[in-house]
Amino acid sequence: MTAQGKTHFFSQAWLVLVLAICFGGLLAGMQIVLGPTIEANKINETLERVPELVFGAAHAKELSETGMEIKPLSVGVEKAGKTVRYNVYETKSDGRLAGWVTKSAGQGYADKIEILIGFDPQVEKITGLFVLDQKETPGLGNKILEAGWRGQFLDKSTAKPLAPVKGQAKAGHEIDAITGATISSKAVTDIINTAVADLRQPLTDKAKGQ
Amino acid sequence: MADQPTATERFIQGILPENPVLRQLLGLCPALAVTANMKSALTMTGAVLFVLFCANVITSLIRNLLKPHLRIVVFTLTIATFVTIADRFLAAYLYQMSKTLGPYIPLIIVNCIIICRCEVCASKQSVFVAGADAIGQSIGFGLAISAIAAVREILGTGNFFDIPVLPAAWPDWVVMVLPPGAFLTFGLLIGLVNWYETVRAQRPVREVLEPAQSEGA
Repeated sequence: MTAQGKTHFFSQAWLVLVLAICFGGLLAGMQIVLGPTIEANKINETLERVPELVFGAAHAKELSETGMEIKPLSVGVEKAGKTVRYNVYETKSDGRLAGWVTKSAGQGYADKIEILIGFDPQVEKITGLFVLDQKETPGLGNKILEAGWRGQFLDKSTAKPLAPVKGQAKAGHEIDAITGATISSKAVTDIINTAVADLRQPLTDKAKGQ
Repeated sequence: MADQPTATERFIQGILPENPVLRQLLGLCPALAVTANMKSALTMTGAVLFVLFCANVITSLIRNLLKPHLRIVVFTLTIATFVTIADRFLAAYLYQMSKTLGPYIPLIIVNCIIICRCEVCASKQSVFVAGADAIGQSIGFGLAISAIAAVREILGTGNFFDIPVLPAAWPDWVVMVLPPGAFLTFGLLIGLVNWYETVRAQRPVREVLEPAQSEGA
């Protein structure tokens, strides 16, 4: 390319280049200013929920003023040759282990469902359930958000995998499926069952080690 | 340049005579996707107003430097920058809303309303006219999607801005919050606007508001 050709190229494109540099700088500045807030939002969304999933909504408020310690951990579980990592929040009250909260996700009817599950220290029962993110059908599947439905998971033993049933749940491990949203109900129960199966051993070991 | 509309004309045209959604049928992706409730519709309008205003002003400022064959690149670059700013801002200060709107904020980049305004107005007229045009078009966009959202939220959930307005006995028409509800409401609204325009055009005396100008529009 001749020198003249190069000049021609720059005379055509200089505006695009200048704008790209200016806008790039603007966006970098934006990221520096807002980045930490966005990260904090993501973490807070989970952390805010942790106390009530371990202690129950009423009790959590009293405790939040006294000593409570939440420590995020990452627990790896070997499964079929792959390591699955769980974000687990270890909750301590007055220095003693009070329970675990884990983030877990699975395929729902429409899209991924992301939930938080609370366990007691020995992972023997479920102490809470919260749906972080879901895109289930409004009016049917999104009833998994309702406190009434989530409430039936409270104090359920983890000894036997939970099973959603149509109609009235009778046995201890049975869960009332939402009418018209069997898939969403099953998705949530499956996510819990998988999390229990994966995490029972590692978390019990951790609890003993303390 | 002599024939270009003035700032006031541009502003008024955006609201109804050349409403982006109802008359030009642009920006239909957000008009269908984020109109399940009023809050998301208004947040969307705010984001579009911000992006359209900034993009129009910048484009208008550099309009004499634009090379015809590189103008689309410049428009897209400008729009993408301000969309990213709007997206990050929502994620920082309206986190839940930003999760609800999901990909639809980044998708403003390909919103035809904005590139259309850059091309039609901002790349030819002064900053003041471009700004007025952006505000007018955004108000038009906001009114159109709020109209759809109001119908869908009220019939679909019995609420308006999350406040119950219909008696509890109202059987929520769930279909209205689902995608079909968007198409039904939108279709009926377009029909209504077209009918109104036909009736108006048949009237012998035209409104004094926008003489001659809107005939060709």
